[in-house]
Amino acid sequence: MTKPLISVEALAKRYPKRGGGETTVFEDIWLPIHPGEFVCLIGHSGCGKTTILNVLAGLDRPTDGAVIVDGREISGPSLDRAVIFQGHSLLPWMTALENVAFAVSSRHPEWSREKVREHCRFYLNLVHLSGAEDKKPSELSGGMKQRVGIARALAIEPKMLLMDEPFSALDALTRGSLQDEVRRICTETRQTVFMITHDIDEAMLLADRIVLMTNGPQAKIAEVVENTLPPDRRPATMHKHPNYYPLRNHLLDFLVTRSKTFAQDIAGKPYDPRKVPVVRPVPAEALAAV
Amino acid sequence: MTASLTLRAGLLSLLIFAAFVGAWHVATLPTVGAAAGDVDPEYAALVSGAAAQGAKSAFPTPMDVAATIWGHLKDPFYVRGANDQGVGIQLAYSLGRVLLGYAIAAAVAIPLGFLIGMSPLLHRALDPFIQILKPISPLAWMPLALYTIKDSNISAIFVIFICSLWPMLINTAFGVASVRKEWLNVAATLEVGGLRKAFRVILPAAAPTIMTGMRISIGIAWLVIVAAEMLVGGTGIGYFVWNEWNNLSIGNIITAILLIGLVGMALDLALARAARLVAYVE
Ligand SMILES: Nc1ncnc2c1ncn2[C@@H]1O[C@H](COP(=O)(O)OP(=O)(O)OP(=O)(O)O)[C@@H](O)[C@H]1O
Ligand SMILES: [Mg+2]
Repeated sequence: MTKPLISVEALAKRYPKRGGGETTVFEDIWLPIHPGEFVCLIGHSGCGKTTILNVLAGLDRPTDGAVIVDGREISGPSLDRAVIFQGHSLLPWMTALENVAFAVSSRHPEWSREKVREHCRFYLNLVHLSGAEDKKPSELSGGMKQRVGIARALAIEPKMLLMDEPFSALDALTRGSLQDEVRRICTETRQTVFMITHDIDEAMLLADRIVLMTNGPQAKIAEVVENTLPPDRRPATMHKHPNYYPLRNHLLDFLVTRSKTFAQDIAGKPYDPRKVPVVRPVPAEALAAV
Repeated sequence: MTASLTLRAGLLSLLIFAAFVGAWHVATLPTVGAAAGDVDPEYAALVSGAAAQGAKSAFPTPMDVAATIWGHLKDPFYVRGANDQGVGIQLAYSLGRVLLGYAIAAAVAIPLGFLIGMSPLLHRALDPFIQILKPISPLAWMPLALYTIKDSNISAIFVIFICSLWPMLINTAFGVASVRKEWLNVAATLEVGGLRKAFRVILPAAAPTIMTGMRISIGIAWLVIVAAEMLVGGTGIGYFVWNEWNNLSIGNIITAILLIGLVGMALDLALARAARLVAYVE
């Protein structure tokens, strides 16, 4: 296997508890992410997903452990790791184009105004926003805002894309088409992505690997699930694939029961946070045939 | 619906105005047998000239005042010696002082407020000073200003400076300190640093709050200039009012009061316009 692009090592986050002591939100998180890979992190609310993403982005510092890029610990945010925030977080006084241009001219301060605008138009076009360039965020729909956020992140051509529940605020229809677009863009450009989601179907559509986190406090990575759906999967048709339900049921089962009982399940058994089990859910018949 | 509401409100305004003028007119009808009483000595000390001798001038009728106003508006910029200048010139003196003091205050308050908003340390350190200095009536500074500066004109400008400082300082600091974390995170992930972050992210984000402070400040400055000019004398609309009081020229005083109101409204409207330019919808 190739060298990881970014590697999460022994990450832990603790907060002092009111009245003394401390709570551990999560600990012993090890996760290498390889170039071109799309990794989804699934876990219940409050287990620390956003915290992990913020540490990856360099916006937050872990209590223990480190994030390693190119053999060195990251020390802060970088243009190499673009973030698509949960609540679009466009600057409301700038138009859609200006929002993207602000990012592009941060990456390429030496570019001329016209070159920056050209570059921005290309990426806004990519997310089908050509007509809305000169609109302020308040004049855009939720889905359009989110798309501007995606265009802004893609336009700086980062080594890695970090997304925090980017589609959660959207209606099902918009979400579906946006997921499809993101998947197309990311596979075409072999973009490395780390994404947080609550949505199992979203993870199954987008991710190559799905990382399952147990409930907090002291959340851990329970296992890593490899996506067994074919690479040409589409939202409308993927449920017809024989691997769809085994995969979906496995993830659902984890979220519904095993995420809570994980600590008891592994009690007494060996658990190596650096080598969590890798699971490839396939239909029972397929297993029997082997 | 809206149009008819505007129309009805306008009609009502006119009606109120007419009622007011009517009442005024009735009240100032010449009265028969009004006895000229004794003049209160304290009152006599406050006034000079005609009034102190017990001469009673009748309160002008609306028509008198209208004529006075018309007289001023016909020729607002005449100069007939130091003590007799057109009301337009007096207003210009006041406006000049206000704008100068206000501009200096903005030049100090906005950068300083920026620093206070950015640095919790500075905020904590300067807070006690701001809290103590803010509630001081600006006119209380006047003697100190006159003593140290020894120039009545600059002292008046200083008083304007000090009274416009606080709302701008406090609002700027507050606006800067409460810029949404997400926007700062955007700047951080784009590695936007220093001045670029200040001018492209923090300033536009805080601009509406800063503008609110600027609007409060100009209102206070315009309130204070009249009182300050009454104290320091020489020129300005405040001095004009005081001077006309000494001449017991009520018509002139009413003219000045109206003009003070109109200029104050114009200043407020101008800043409201400016505020709309920097407003954004989240
Ligand atoms: N300043 C803080 N002090 C104490 N605890 C904190 C603080 N900030 C966050 N936490 C805790 O850290 C945990 C992880 O928060 P985080 O935002 O990472 O959760 P999340 O997994 O992203 O949840 P969600 O899915 O709801 O977005 C939460 O349980 C929260 O209570
Ligand atoms: Mg979160």
